[in-house]
Amino acid sequence: MDTKFIIYLAIMFGVTYLIRVLPLLLINKEIENKFIRSFLTYIPYTVLGAMTFPAIIHAVGNPICGAIAAAVGVVLALLGRGLCTVAAGTAIAAYIAMMVF
Amino acid sequence: MKKSVFITGLRDGIPIALGYLAVSFSFGIAAVAAGLSPIEALLISMTNLTSAGQFAGIGIITAGGSYFELAISQFIINLRYSLMGISLSQRLDKSFTRVKRSVLGHALTDEIFGVAVSRTKPVTPWYFFGLALLPYIGWSVGTGLGAVFGELLGETLRDALSVAIYGMFIAIIIPEARSSIKMTVIIMLAILISCMIYYIPFFDFISDGFAIIICAVIASAVGALAFPIKEENGGGH
Repeated sequence: MDTKFIIYLAIMFGVTYLIRVLPLLLINKEIENKFIRSFLTYIPYTVLGAMTFPAIIHAVGNPICGAIAAAVGVVLALLGRGLCTVAAGTAIAAYIAMMVF
Repeated sequence: MKKSVFITGLRDGIPIALGYLAVSFSFGIAAVAAGLSPIEALLISMTNLTSAGQFAGIGIITAGGSYFELAISQFIINLRYSLMGISLSQRLDKSFTRVKRSVLGHALTDEIFGVAVSRTKPVTPWYFFGLALLPYIGWSVGTGLGAVFGELLGETLRDALSVAIYGMFIAIIIPEARSSIKMTVIIMLAILISCMIYYIPFFDFISDGFAIIICAVIASAVGALAFPIKEENGGGH
């Protein structure tokens, strides 16, 4: 491990830390504005939606396998299964699909 | 009381920790394959706790990229945490002091955020600490194991494990989408924009991290204008 790596590491940590912690320190009061409140309610789910699709389709070599894994995950979630079951189900579906295709 | 919310947090963190174990395992493999030592891979995971940012980071570090490029990439890819932080700050309990925020706040990830804000009660420091603890351990241990033993697994198994994290995202999104047709429309909008950026060659200049910000900001702004949420606690239904 050389000095250059330690500087790289410090930059990654510093930037990410400030991005995470500054909003938590600067915003103490409850936000009254209806637009901002609504916006912030939608944010977590739009972020996760955009992160998942279409990325999951292309997470494994063959897009068909990715699509099958996604479909299994959606069905399990619609059936009301928990985080663990859905996560494991998608991984198992991806594995089986990759064996078949 | 403190103890019971801590244990509730720990329990809620188990599925996240398992997902992280799998994803960080693939990070450990990728980091070593790119030319970092296992110790370096582990240090990155223990100080960053972020998937997309770390994957981009090892690419820049092993290519000998500039410090500026590394800083900008981390800023853009991780900027979504600021939006989440603003959102989460609305749900934090009064006992969440500035010191606690500045220590525990660094454990804010997509999944920890998703679980924390879906909690109906205010988020206390003990709950958040419990929630973050196992995922942090999972992320670190998985990186170490991947860095040291990753080569022993077949490629198919490694690929399959990397899908688990998306399964977890789906498990967070679907119940929320089912609870309200407005939420469904807005999530679909975010996904539609995400697909456009991904598949239309014109948008190739947009990095993955920045694409997520664009999709989330546009869709959420449309949602806030078209379907403002009236409820007092800001819940989506």
